[in-house]
Amino acid sequence: MKSYFSTLFTGAWSLILGLKVTIKALFSPIVTCQYPREKMEVTPNYRGHIDLVKFADTGAHKCISCGSCMRDCPSDCIVVEGEKREGVKGKVLTIFTLDFTKCSLCGACVEVCPTKALDYCNDYELAGFTREEFYFDLLKRVEERE
Amino acid sequence: MEIFYSLLPELIRIVIAAICGAVIVFGNALVMGYAERKLAGHIMFRPGPMEVGPHGIYQLVIDGLKLMGKQLVIPKNADTPLFMLAPLIAFAPVFVPLLVIPFSDKIQGFDLDVGLLLILAFASINVLAILIGGWSSNNKYSLFGAIRSVAQNVAYEIPMLISLLAIIFMTNTFSLKEIAAAQSPVWFVVIQPLAFLIYIVAMVAETNRAPFDLPEAESELTAGFHTEYSGMSFSLFVLGEYANMFIVCSVATVFFLGGDSGIPLPYFEYTGIIWFLLKVYLLMFFLIWIRWTYPRTRFDQLMNFCWKYLIPFSLVNLLITVVMVKLL
Repeated sequence: MKSYFSTLFTGAWSLILGLKVTIKALFSPIVTCQYPREKMEVTPNYRGHIDLVKFADTGAHKCISCGSCMRDCPSDCIVVEGEKREGVKGKVLTIFTLDFTKCSLCGACVEVCPTKALDYCNDYELAGFTREEFYFDLLKRVEERE
Repeated sequence: MEIFYSLLPELIRIVIAAICGAVIVFGNALVMGYAERKLAGHIMFRPGPMEVGPHGIYQLVIDGLKLMGKQLVIPKNADTPLFMLAPLIAFAPVFVPLLVIPFSDKIQGFDLDVGLLLILAFASINVLAILIGGWSSNNKYSLFGAIRSVAQNVAYEIPMLISLLAIIFMTNTFSLKEIAAAQSPVWFVVIQPLAFLIYIVAMVAETNRAPFDLPEAESELTAGFHTEYSGMSFSLFVLGEYANMFIVCSVATVFFLGGDSGIPLPYFEYTGIIWFLLKVYLLMFFLIWIRWTYPRTRFDQLMNFCWKYLIPFSLVNLLITVVMVKLL
């Protein structure tokens, strides 16, 4: 008989405590990010697809068209081509494309690059309707970048 | 013809009351659907519907349109006539109780002598609708939901009736208007707090809402009795549920919270409806609040609570009330 009433009172008290928790939550600010209208800052450590780095001192990339990344890529998704030009030391990069449909984001290309010309970019809104949208021309991207 | 002319004012009254009832049922479903999703969102630290209109206020209109456009899927081995009938049985009776609810002194369909009995009789038809819907779906989840609903509603109707009976003994009438008028100095919630508490618990169970939403327990029964329903037949169940919430909250307001009494406003015979609706929607807010606070009870807990706590307490409360009424 004693437990009959004690259950009733402890139970009722716990119900009131529960109501207190939710009413506090009701008047607390929301914590979710309203994605299309609000965007979160992406950490610089984010590992998106690769991109050529634009160096501040020269205002250009430092790729020497050695082709190490192309040979090292396990998915065969990088194509690098360069040509010899009169009066320029070394090769000049003419084509640098990434087939992101095949890329597994392993980062072997970034590791192997002798001039540290490659890095991961921060793009995360990667959605498209066709396969062709994911053949990235990295040379064009680096030239268009600020 | 003369009979027709003599009945004409009453007929017009019936038509107007029915139209107002329909407005209340649909308007209430829109408001409650929106409020429920918004409050659920904010309790979970998220904003709720935000896309359709400012702060998503048109969300329920769009949802209604979507539901109207959806195909009504009838399961292969379902009992088709009963399957189509169940949503109508759930939805149609909710109009009748609205006729006798005294929204204010002069806003009331009919002041019946047996208003409370009418409300309770029509409110319990909902159980039948759930049973038919669950049975005719030919789906084990639906059938389990229906079985649970019947057991639960039959059990919880007892404390509900007994707690209301205590008020009936004090006022000596079944007419809702007279009951509301009987609490002009003090509301019955002050005199009968235990009956009020019992009624609130039984009311949540009667409307099949969390934490007593076993008939449609999502995690165990998919959607319970309305698993197989889609489109408009599903939304009729939802409309019926929200209308039932409105009705039980109105009854609580009339019996315990003084009906339309409150701070007097100009033209109080009509403006009393503001206080009435305010009280009703405060109770509805409470229902939403507890829905998003408490986890679902287990079925044995549900039944134990009713038979071991609510019914004995309501009987003792009734006994004390009767003795006090006799003595005073």
